[in-house]
Amino acid sequence: MRLSDLVAVIVEAAANKEPLRIRAGGSKDFYGGMLAGKLFDVSAHRGIVAYEPTELYVTARCGTPLVEIEAALAERGQMLAFEPPHFGRATLGGCVAAGLAGPRRQQAGGVRDFVLGVKLVDGCGLVHDFGGQVMKNVAGYDVSRLLAGSLGTLGVLAEVTLKVLPQPRAEQTLRFDMDEGAALAVLNEWGGQPLPISASFWSTGQLWLRLSGAQAAVASAVARLADQFGGQTVDGEKHWISVREQTHSAFAGASLWRLALPTTSPALGLEGLSAIEWGGGLRWYAGDAVPAAVLRERAGQAGGHAVLYRAPESQRCLEDAFAPLAPPLLALHRRLKKSFDPQGILNPGRLYAEF
Amino acid sequence: MGTVENTFQTDRKALAERLKGILPAHCLLVDDEDLRPYECDGLTAYRELPLAVCLPETEAQVVDILWTCHQLGVPVVARGAGTGLSGGAMPHAQGVVLSMARFNKILRVDRAARLAVVQPGVRNLAVSEAAAPFGLYYAPDPSSQIACTLGGNVAENSGGVHCLKYGLTVHNILRIRVVSIEGEIFEIGSEAPDAPGYDLLALLIGSEGMLGVVTEVTVKLVPKPALAQVVMASFDQVGKAGEAVAAIIAAGIIPAGLEMMDQPATAAVEPYVKAGYDLDAAAILLCESDGTPEEVAEEISRVTAVLTAAGARDIRVSQSEAERLRFWAGRKAAFPAVGRITPDYYCMDGTIPRKRLAEMLAAIAAMEKKYGLRCANVFHAGDGNLHPLIMYDAAQPGEWTRAEAFGAEILELSVRLGGSITGEHGVGIEKINQMCVQYKTRELEVFHRIKAAFDERGLLNPGKAVPSLHRCAEYGQMHVHHGELKFPELERF
Ligand SMILES: Cc1cc2nc3c(=O)[nH]c(=O)nc-3n(C[C@H](O)[C@H](O)[C@H](O)COP(=O)(O)OP(=O)(O)OC[C@H]3O[C@@H](n4cnc5c(N)ncnc54)[C@H](O)[C@@H]3O)c2cc1C
Ligand SMILES: Cc1cc2nc3c(=O)[nH]c(=O)nc-3n(C[C@H](O)[C@H](O)[C@H](O)COP(=O)(O)OP(=O)(O)OC[C@H]3O[C@@H](n4cnc5c(N)ncnc54)[C@H](O)[C@@H]3O)c2cc1C
Repeated sequence: MRLSDLVAVIVEAAANKEPLRIRAGGSKDFYGGMLAGKLFDVSAHRGIVAYEPTELYVTARCGTPLVEIEAALAERGQMLAFEPPHFGRATLGGCVAAGLAGPRRQQAGGVRDFVLGVKLVDGCGLVHDFGGQVMKNVAGYDVSRLLAGSLGTLGVLAEVTLKVLPQPRAEQTLRFDMDEGAALAVLNEWGGQPLPISASFWSTGQLWLRLSGAQAAVASAVARLADQFGGQTVDGEKHWISVREQTHSAFAGASLWRLALPTTSPALGLEGLSAIEWGGGLRWYAGDAVPAAVLRERAGQAGGHAVLYRAPESQRCLEDAFAPLAPPLLALHRRLKKSFDPQGILNPGRLYAEF
Repeated sequence: MGTVENTFQTDRKALAERLKGILPAHCLLVDDEDLRPYECDGLTAYRELPLAVCLPETEAQVVDILWTCHQLGVPVVARGAGTGLSGGAMPHAQGVVLSMARFNKILRVDRAARLAVVQPGVRNLAVSEAAAPFGLYYAPDPSSQIACTLGGNVAENSGGVHCLKYGLTVHNILRIRVVSIEGEIFEIGSEAPDAPGYDLLALLIGSEGMLGVVTEVTVKLVPKPALAQVVMASFDQVGKAGEAVAAIIAAGIIPAGLEMMDQPATAAVEPYVKAGYDLDAAAILLCESDGTPEEVAEEISRVTAVLTAAGARDIRVSQSEAERLRFWAGRKAAFPAVGRITPDYYCMDGTIPRKRLAEMLAAIAAMEKKYGLRCANVFHAGDGNLHPLIMYDAAQPGEWTRAEAFGAEILELSVRLGGSITGEHGVGIEKINQMCVQYKTRELEVFHRIKAAFDERGLLNPGKAVPSLHRCAEYGQMHVHHGELKFPELERF
């Protein structure tokens, strides 16, 4: 599938004002608003276009599976530092459009922090090149990063250039017995120290901590933390994959809420809180004992927001996935949406019901 | 270059009257002699007097000023410290300069949350100073950090020596408060790891004061590394130094700083700072490692091995903090040092893929002959961001015009080599024509539509950052695709 094929589909849909539902791996069909529109499968537009290890970037077409990209990077000792989930068959385009990062987010940054450039097909079928392949580029507005997490509502990300980083030379996982409050306290304390923490995960009285970096730095941090806080070194590899892929039992449940909060917000005292990641910045709530409105309000009061992350269709059609925007921001979103997709044909309702 | 197309006509008296109703007398300048200090920013070649300078002290005043200017159709140019090097804060002849200098308070430093909430007029270095007692600092460190403000940093997405490892401004801002030209207040971003909706933070950062006025900034603070040490390596060929940079990255090392200076640059700074640079070398590299003492020791030994293999003729490792600072002193003083050996210099800011470094430097050497002007090169080698310093004498007829053309040619070559016309200083008024080289008509149209989504009447910093299509046509760089051209009604040149 070539770029011109992508363009042709959009041009036709725009002419007929026919909504399209952009999909590649389909690994995140569960995420966001209800799916609507004619299925537009972009998974066949695939392949790595350029990979320059010494320039620290990789450019690939949207349908390229993440596993393929990560395998190429691993051959040269490099990685996607934001550690995106694969959920089986995630593609590059979907990964950037959804903007979901994995365990390393707190230390390395999120998806948008690694986007250097995109080739975008907008809602009129026009192809644009934003950003590029260099680390620093401040010419024009930074549209590439704006697209991370836009859920395909502004255009099809035909090609994406990401910054890559070397894999850490050493990695070690520690496990501690701790309740929620203690875990939040130590995570915030450690976060302010020069420790090579690359992931954290708390659930059911256990805190897991991953340290990555230079051999010597990891070894000395492990020794110190184990000594002072009674942590045990464990083989963490499978564990971190189960966190990244959300196959860990903490993510199981009929509905799952994702609460992004300031790391220092105290334990919310919610019946059913199942996991804490990102040094306290990400909290998962599995279950339906607490009403949606209460979760939204509590997250908002704490300075964050709540996303209905995974839920049965019966709940998804009643409840917006994302927290509502303040009126001036919503107006701005509408105007931006309109400037990229004047006919409103791209993934309608997937981000907000209003567009 | 250096001119703003003017479609505004302001009634100066009426404007002054309205502003007097908003601001106390000490916050409003309207007399020419008081306006003079604001006529340019760090790019002194382009100057313009505004009709008034407002120095608001409260956000409510900012709201009133913007709302009033919006009502009257008056252009507004926000200003931080005026250290910008692309003329971004150059005033508009029919407009108002909105100086944020009095928004100079650090509102909160939160040690546990590792963040600081500051007003936009706070100086970059002041944030790190306030965070230092907690063992934290603000990572982006433009060389102008003692003077430039957070508001300016946000508007320019400023970078610095630490950015290779710790990211640019865009990677280190959590939230901003913005007032729109219509006087509406937006909060963008959050103290949480993400915020709902589009990533408007990414859009606002680096938008050069075109989309809104920033009135508050929440920055991320990071733990200060226990130790920093720097390796200085000299090379007898510029190309070898460039290859050494690639070799360091290929070895899986991301240094805390990786900077390069060529011989004209070291020759200019050495008598000035006595850093101990190897003056016979064609280029020197400064490579900093930071972290725990164990980490630094490990990285320094690996870097040294890579540099030796890459053919460095001499390698020195700082043995004390004083020596580390001395090694850096020359790099940090490069601009003023060059300023001592030439009446004027013109600092460029292109980015290229690292592997094209040698090619670019050879081309610049050829341009020195072509334009009859000397050029010294200092740059952020780690991320391919060049800062050629073109030396000229404004008092000599024709020299500025030649310097300008020399600079334009460097930028256009940067684009051809796969890079960008600006890595950190912004487009401003200076590189407005080169935007026509880097972008096609279509992307420029998207930029205009984004601008319109925030500022429909185009009152915020008009004529900067994004060229009108008319301007591109005039510059002869209008790209025509398949014979189709938007705005066929526009005259072509
Ligand atoms: C010697 C020297 C060295 C430098 N080194 C570096 C470097 O290493 N890295 C780097 O990135 N830059 C560097 N610069 C450039 C400059 O310092 C930066 O661009 C800086 O961020 C500008 O900040 P300022 O406060 O001076 O902004 P100003 O020059 O006052 O303004 C710059 C732009 O920001 C806008 N602006 C200012 N405040 C606001 C606000 N509150 N809201 C909205 N818009 C606003 C203005 O309209 C203008 O477009 C250097 C400059 C000098 C003179
Ligand atoms: C146990 C111990 C051992 C030490 N041993 C050594 C040693 O062997 N060698 C050694 O050099 N130091 C050594 N130090 C000093 C150590 O580097 C400092 O304590 C610490 O790093 C201070 O940080 P700073 O220089 O960034 O401070 P700042 O005050 O932030 O910086 C001082 C100046 O340096 C500039 N600067 C900082 N970082 C950079 C950078 N990456 N690139 C360019 N300019 C920069 C800043 O802009 C500022 O102008 C040691 C310290 C300790 C505690």
